[in-house]
Amino acid sequence: MGRTLAEKVWDAHVVRQGAAGEPDLLYIDLHLIHEVTSPQAFDGLREAGRPVRRPDLTIATEDHNIPTVDIDKPIADLVSRTQVDTLRRNAAEFGVRIHSLGDLDQGIVHVVGPQTGLTQPGMTVVCGDSHTSTHGAFGALAFGIGTSEVEHVLATQTLPLAPFKTMAITVDGELPEGTTSKDIILAVIAKIGTGGGQGYVLEYRGEAIRALSMESRLTVCNMSIEAGARAGMIAPDEKTFAYIQDKPHAPKGAEWDAAVEWWSTLKTDDDAVFDAEVVISAADLEPFVTWGTNPGQGVPLSASVPDPEQMADAGERAAAERSLEYMGLAAGTPMREIAVDTVFIGSCTNGRIEDLRIAADVLKGRRVADGVRLMVVPGSVRVRLQAVEEGLDQVFLDAGGEWRGAGCSMCLGMNPDQLTVGERAASTSNRNFEGRQGKGGRTHLVSVPVAAATAVRGTLSSPADLAPAAQPALV
Amino acid sequence: MALEPFTTHTGVGVPLRRSNVDTDQIIPAVYLKRVTKTGFEDGLFAAWRNDESFVLNQEPFRAGSVLVAGPDFGTGSSREHAVWALKDYGFRVVLSSRFADIFRGNSGKQGLLAGQMAQDDVELLWKLLENEPGAQVTVDLEARTATCGTSVFSFQVDDYTRWRLMEGLDDIGLTLRHEDAIDAFEAERPSWKPKTLPVLS
Repeated sequence: MGRTLAEKVWDAHVVRQGAAGEPDLLYIDLHLIHEVTSPQAFDGLREAGRPVRRPDLTIATEDHNIPTVDIDKPIADLVSRTQVDTLRRNAAEFGVRIHSLGDLDQGIVHVVGPQTGLTQPGMTVVCGDSHTSTHGAFGALAFGIGTSEVEHVLATQTLPLAPFKTMAITVDGELPEGTTSKDIILAVIAKIGTGGGQGYVLEYRGEAIRALSMESRLTVCNMSIEAGARAGMIAPDEKTFAYIQDKPHAPKGAEWDAAVEWWSTLKTDDDAVFDAEVVISAADLEPFVTWGTNPGQGVPLSASVPDPEQMADAGERAAAERSLEYMGLAAGTPMREIAVDTVFIGSCTNGRIEDLRIAADVLKGRRVADGVRLMVVPGSVRVRLQAVEEGLDQVFLDAGGEWRGAGCSMCLGMNPDQLTVGERAASTSNRNFEGRQGKGGRTHLVSVPVAAATAVRGTLSSPADLAPAAQPALV
Repeated sequence: MALEPFTTHTGVGVPLRRSNVDTDQIIPAVYLKRVTKTGFEDGLFAAWRNDESFVLNQEPFRAGSVLVAGPDFGTGSSREHAVWALKDYGFRVVLSSRFADIFRGNSGKQGLLAGQMAQDDVELLWKLLENEPGAQVTVDLEARTATCGTSVFSFQVDDYTRWRLMEGLDDIGLTLRHEDAIDAFEAERPSWKPKTLPVLS
């Protein structure tokens, strides 16, 4: 019988097959490290007197709790500063390369991997961060791990892993104008639920997925974890190879040819069988927004806040009632009438250059609505510099937005970029959990064009809702 | 480091009538800035503990060590701090009808038992614990049962995790027994696989 993409990558990394009931031992090709989930792992190595087995397959960056302003000054929050200093000390002590604040390759760990070319098809990639699923867009088996596993990979460059099941998510047809890969993944999560992918590796397939750019594919795979799946993958194709080819860590010369030859075999065989299959029609999709406090609680922008009374399942009803209370929303309110205080554009979900171009396209010649704060945070220093080169920063500033340094920022509110109690945000990030973006903050997950249009109108909107932009004056 | 072997545990059962308890709820991000591995109990369910009616603010439940939660417990962020916070507070067992994969894995590494049971049984256990606040639950890992009064519920935990918990085994030590296999695998890896060292560009 044929093998799925995920199974092929798994098979290529088995160091030792587990006996019955025992996990397989898998080799890890790339280990990404950041300041928050690594200090206790390095402590564990020190206590046991163990070195990092493969510093040359390990890379660190600072992203989760660093500030996005005044980055040339010492970090004001002393606890954050200690954590960042600890990462720098550990990297120096154990010989791990680090991209610190101020480094050209600093940025969100899941933006840095792809942009440097370290993320390649068929690799196993891990990081102490659940959004490691992002790298699956290259046909890599990439997943988030806990700190004990971080220590395990540092010490052995392997992980014992129990087998997973496979699920095909086929997105047929063409995406309508104004919809994006973010709308695909929000619709997938609303369909299968936040637990629907548990125990599975997802493979996104179909015409609509093939048609996506590499950066849009990263957005889809990024949120696999929001459907409960540790990993999500897309088979590599010519777009994937073209994206990698000019990156610093791409194989060169004959090695490139050897790599492409293997990468080209990384697709699910025609006679392979998935454990589960889900089909979505792209033509039916429209801009999607969340109304509740988990990423599965989403509806089309044209819909209204759902009524818990109408929900058949008692558990779902109780959860929806809690969500609406926390979100301060009444059932039946049209989503388009929900006014926001803040718009956040950024994160490992939507903080790449393509996202900033889309946002600038909507904001050009327009102004952010009175009383609304727009925060644009590039995913990495290189994304920031590219945006400046293209003049996108000026578009954001002219519109009345804030233009920040690179990092995770308001996605998880570990640094000072936080919502306050009751503050409502449209956010291009990945989680609308209670308090995620700041204690008491209320989050609506949206696509980049919806975020930008919402900033202009002040209520949840798509670019189609906007009046024509001002034209530059003739001189 | 070796863990304390887990065989049976008896303690106060805490009914947490919520589904989708994500790890941001178990411990908010602001508590993750520490570089130590202990002392996270103050962050456990931090937002909810401001609410007087929250179950852990009720007297007999305050001393709980067996948490009984709704489906999809531990979703979201991979932070192992969620497991540390539960353990630091005093929990030894979490029972739920469905766990997020990463949380379940993290629990196994830290000696926190994540037992999966049918949602109907979770509901029955909630009722028992609410009708008799402070009731003890005895969890027997070998038999894979949770007993409250005269009611006995079975739960699932995979054989490998159960063995490791019962033996208190350290994963890294287990893996390093196979260092020869790792060396052999590395010798065969294609040379074009990327390295993180600086390259000329």
